[in-house]
Amino acid sequence: MVQKILAGDIRSIARAITLAENEDYQAVELMRSLYSHTGKAYLVGITGPPGGGKSTLVDRMIAYYRKLDLKVAVIGIDPSSTFTGGALLGDRVRMQAHATDSGVFIRSMGSRGHLGGLAVATADSAKILDAAGYDIIIFETVGIGQSEIEVASQVDTTVLVTVPGLGDDIQVLKAGTMEIADIFVVNKADRDGVEKSVMAIEQLLSTWDMTEDDFVPPILKVTAKDNIGIGELAQAIEQHKKYLHDSGKFEVRRRNRAVTEVHTLILNQLDKWAHDKMTKDITTRDNIEEVYLKFIDPHTVAREALRELELETMWDKWGQGADGGG
Amino acid sequence: MSNKKTRILIAKPGLDGHDRGAKFIARALRDAGFEVIYTGLRQTPEAIASAAIQEDVQWVGLSCLSGAHNSLFPKVVEILKQKQAEDIKVFGGGVIPSDDIPGLKEAGIKEIFTPGATSKSVIDYINSN
Repeated sequence: MVQKILAGDIRSIARAITLAENEDYQAVELMRSLYSHTGKAYLVGITGPPGGGKSTLVDRMIAYYRKLDLKVAVIGIDPSSTFTGGALLGDRVRMQAHATDSGVFIRSMGSRGHLGGLAVATADSAKILDAAGYDIIIFETVGIGQSEIEVASQVDTTVLVTVPGLGDDIQVLKAGTMEIADIFVVNKADRDGVEKSVMAIEQLLSTWDMTEDDFVPPILKVTAKDNIGIGELAQAIEQHKKYLHDSGKFEVRRRNRAVTEVHTLILNQLDKWAHDKMTKDITTRDNIEEVYLKFIDPHTVAREALRELELETMWDKWGQGADGGG
Repeated sequence: MSNKKTRILIAKPGLDGHDRGAKFIARALRDAGFEVIYTGLRQTPEAIASAAIQEDVQWVGLSCLSGAHNSLFPKVVEILKQKQAEDIKVFGGGVIPSDDIPGLKEAGIKEIFTPGATSKSVIDYINSN
């Protein structure tokens, strides 16, 4: 399978992504073999509120990059139902024109309970696609609110897509997602209120504490449906890429990504351990009942549960430290 | 630990612009816990097959109301086969005369759901196959 992925075999790539999505153990082996072949692709995140035209924008970006003869892969994430686990994945609808182009790979992904705007498998999927020889990998996040910032830690350039009339300046001033943008796109720029949106973002930027060495995020007016502003967006991405390389921040970002990835993998396993402990361990379950009845406090029960991992004394250590994580 | 999910591509080949049925079944399948990839209107069999492979689905559900099912449905099955993806199963729905059903099944369409079929019958069918 590794050889086939490296050779760009579509079926193998697709199946490998499924293994990653299913958190199948085979995926771990696979990622181990592929890892040394990754790092060549440039990763772009497209994020923003629902209905902002992200999928249409991505569709036009694919067309643009294809003209430059670059291979493009897209991972479009939509939310999964919390209750049924099902998902209706519709990002593809706007991109189907590229379905038969052998230089384009599009994959729809349900968030499967993962918060933050991406899915558990996005990082691994990007590596699979990277190893398979795609030059540009675009993540399209779920429609986000004000706090889904995970994408920024997984890509090289984050594009925040907003539209005119999405609320007053106060909405813009809210921190969270606005802070992760390397490039702002005001899409649907043929609508009224586009200048107001641009001004609101400019005002926000003027409050940022930036030095001369920082990259000032450009604010681009784009009308994706009419293919207006796509070239400018691609240029802005290119400029940001150049900035990252010239300033040495490219290495910084990718090093941080390595940290985040390992951290996330550890957390995922701990999360599974905690879930098993809560649902399968009789003592813990009894203790939780006692918490409910107010006989014991939750901290004591958590501390007791962590004893299995020999982590129970961590709170004591944190208590002595400066950040007091407990 | 593995969290397998059944993935289904719902596609509308051909030229008719009526996707209410396709969207209805897509939503019903989502509510039944499947991951449903919807590809929209007026898809060529080539585009549907390519999408099915990239999305690594187990099932492709085709909806056609234009009367062109006899050529379009088998074409999807054929292209999947050409691409060594004959393990992806295809079912169909829409306004399909009962006389056409044996021929479609002969051509590799696993099941045909005609107007009046409940979403539950589709879900049950997928769950048991």
